[in-house]
Amino acid sequence: MMSKQHLAFLALALAALLAAPAFLKTYGLYLLTLWLVYVIAALGLNLTVGYAGLKSLCHAGFMGVGAYTVAIMMKAGFSFWLASPLAILLCFVLGLLIGFPALRVQLHYLGFATLGFNLLLVLFFRNEEWLTGGTFGIQNIKRPELFGFAFDGNAPFFYFVLLITVVAGVALALLLRSPWGRAFAALRDNPIRAESTGVNITAYTLMSFAIGAAYAGIAGALFAPLVNFIEPAPFGIANSLLFLMMVVVGGSGRFYGPVLGAAIALLLPEYLRFLKDWYLAVFGFAAVAMMIWLPGGLLSMRETWLLAKSKRDAKRQATPSGAEAA
Amino acid sequence: MTDFLQLLLSGVATGAIYAMAALGFTLLWQAAGTINFAQGEFVMLPAFAMLIGLSFGLPLWAAFLVAVVLSVAVLGAVFKRWIVDPMRGSGVVAVVVATLGLSIGLKSVVKAGYSAEPHPFPSVFGEEVFKLAGVTVSYADVGALLFAGLMVLGLQTFLNKTVTGRAMQAVAQNTFSAEALGINVKRMIFYTFAINAILVAVTALLITPTYLAKFDMGDNIGLKAFFAAIIGGFNNSRGALLGGVIVGVLENLAGAYLTPAYKDGVALLLFLVVILLKPDGLLGTPQERKV
Amino acid sequence: MSILTVHDIKKSYGAIKAVDGVSFDVKPGEILGVIGPNGSGKTTLFNSILGQIKPDSGRVEFEGVDISGNSPLEMSRLGIGRTFQNLQVFGKLSLRDNLIAAAQEFHGSFWGRMFAPPDNGIGHRADEMIDLFRLKHVANLPAGSLSYGQQKLVDIAMAFMPAPRLVLLDEPCAGVNPSLVDGLRDLLLELNRQQGGSFVVIEHNMDFVMKLCHRIVCMVEGKVLAVGKPEEIQNNRAVLEAYLGN
Repeated sequence: MMSKQHLAFLALALAALLAAPAFLKTYGLYLLTLWLVYVIAALGLNLTVGYAGLKSLCHAGFMGVGAYTVAIMMKAGFSFWLASPLAILLCFVLGLLIGFPALRVQLHYLGFATLGFNLLLVLFFRNEEWLTGGTFGIQNIKRPELFGFAFDGNAPFFYFVLLITVVAGVALALLLRSPWGRAFAALRDNPIRAESTGVNITAYTLMSFAIGAAYAGIAGALFAPLVNFIEPAPFGIANSLLFLMMVVVGGSGRFYGPVLGAAIALLLPEYLRFLKDWYLAVFGFAAVAMMIWLPGGLLSMRETWLLAKSKRDAKRQATPSGAEAA
Repeated sequence: MTDFLQLLLSGVATGAIYAMAALGFTLLWQAAGTINFAQGEFVMLPAFAMLIGLSFGLPLWAAFLVAVVLSVAVLGAVFKRWIVDPMRGSGVVAVVVATLGLSIGLKSVVKAGYSAEPHPFPSVFGEEVFKLAGVTVSYADVGALLFAGLMVLGLQTFLNKTVTGRAMQAVAQNTFSAEALGINVKRMIFYTFAINAILVAVTALLITPTYLAKFDMGDNIGLKAFFAAIIGGFNNSRGALLGGVIVGVLENLAGAYLTPAYKDGVALLLFLVVILLKPDGLLGTPQERKV
Repeated sequence: MSILTVHDIKKSYGAIKAVDGVSFDVKPGEILGVIGPNGSGKTTLFNSILGQIKPDSGRVEFEGVDISGNSPLEMSRLGIGRTFQNLQVFGKLSLRDNLIAAAQEFHGSFWGRMFAPPDNGIGHRADEMIDLFRLKHVANLPAGSLSYGQQKLVDIAMAFMPAPRLVLLDEPCAGVNPSLVDGLRDLLLELNRQQGGSFVVIEHNMDFVMKLCHRIVCMVEGKVLAVGKPEEIQNNRAVLEAYLGN
């Protein structure tokens, strides 16, 4: 159950986001919308990586599949409302297809298989010019319309993305609270034990992977109309690694971890522009340092500190008696 | 036919280079349980070290030696001492994430601190070609093949025939028994990191003329090395050689006869086929599940 | 009819015959002990029965059906539970969640569980188990943070959560404070009485096995040395020699 503080925090955050368009200029609002899109994708990856414990390195690729599907279908005259569910479904199915062979064998192969698959997707986006426009990409992707109302302006589209983010977040929270969530955690914590207690490892692993991919599909479907122009670059391996870092830096297996992680990876660099490319370098090395000292991510800071403190206290208490014994 | 032979030869040469990166990757995994996702960047860094050396007017051989020394110090000792050692006991996932972070960090440092552009890189063996029974052969291919082949064979001999090499293998197979036998486990593990550091420096020397020195050149090389290692057998160091050569040859042939656009996808498809049919790789030995 | 029949299991590692032709059966409701010195092949036998490793030859039947070669998942689905020698709990889940996780997959369908209430309707069963094992005060702590003895109890409680018809216990006393061993034995007897399943217990602690089991199989060097009631085993010359001889 949610605590009062949790509810109050959520209400406050939502109110701030609802009010944000009134205070932000075009670029600021665009960034905030982009952040929400990344949050959706990272929430999905957190399910795969943080809750089910799988290494998935193809998230940007799945996001690309979502974005290209929507862009291509809308260019062909289909509605966004038909294109986006199809895009999400396609990502889900691709997630199942790529997960299956790797899982039949060994879990850590999934990391390599997904990395390679991402490479293959980028090659496809780049080479199949007839479909994807190759390196020139697809331009002038329209924003969706509903009953004659177009989410054309930046604020209406922001509210639309915010709504989808909240719905996607609530759906994920419900999934994690259901017995499925427990099965995911069981398979992350101890796959051997999980199997001996009737948890179908293959089925749950594939589902966590495919649902994660579907979330990337949602993000991609929103990304295309947000930026109006897509090309292969944002869907490459580098961004897949960045997605993984977002989840891990924020705190993998913590619901708000990816929300924080996406902010650090996307919003913070905007304010640290003077750092330019160095920012990513710092980000990468910070992730290394974090794995050494704070493997649970930023949101685990308090717990890690408390644990260290209780250990210190225990030591301090143990020392005098130990000295006497000696 | 001559085309085919030419492709085959250059494929074997490229494959032998992949094999070196793959070999280092397997050795690290065996000895220290480290899956190094930054292996590609470990190839990229010595390439830039040599480039900087060249820009100071050093001849290529001298720049190479400097790069090897730096590589052993930084990618061997510092990497082990500061990153791998403190993470002992945190599990494979933490190491994977850390090396991925390292990969991002190293790429960005080179991009921000040096250049985002690709730089041409001289070949040790020159640009000339010669004709052999109607087949055009480049000195670079032959040289790369010989150099890489010698490295791999030399390493095999070292691992199998010398006391130190055998001790390293013992550590890789069973750390506890090795320690009980009085082997200096820490030193052997360091040797493994040092050997990997030398291997990546040689890989950089041989592959950069074709790949060009670029901050993200490691993406491709790292991936090929992973796949070659797994195709050949993750727990077998001869497997890395076989896997590398298979990947090199097949992607060269596929690039010429099927489609050049998807050349880089060949390794992935091979990998998928191999893990479905022979999960432990072509030369790997089956591992029983630990309960 | 026997609930479990083990027929001529063999498993070698290189030249070492870890299990060398072991056969026995377990009757409904029976508690069968498997004892033997270190390295006598008990754990290998156990893992062979449970499908964790593949024996070189031999057959295992559960209620007359051949289950050799079944995966651990299929075993659990048939109603065969197990505990582990080394701790195997879901470290980050709470104790109560560990218990629910151990049985939730036996209720409802895979897709149905996506929309089921969080405890999948078995929360009360978990609470009963928590009471029976006297773990109420730590029920909401992460299982990984509990003491060794407590985790051991969680491990055992998890095996019994789905009310399996056969439970294989791998050294339930190992690492448990000696003063708690009697309590553990009473607990297992109580579970046997309440749920009526059959147990196979691998154990080093002779006293524990003698007071718990109906029948005992003694293994030495991969072979069955003797089978019989506790008092028969206790007075068996060969068994005594095997234990005291080395």
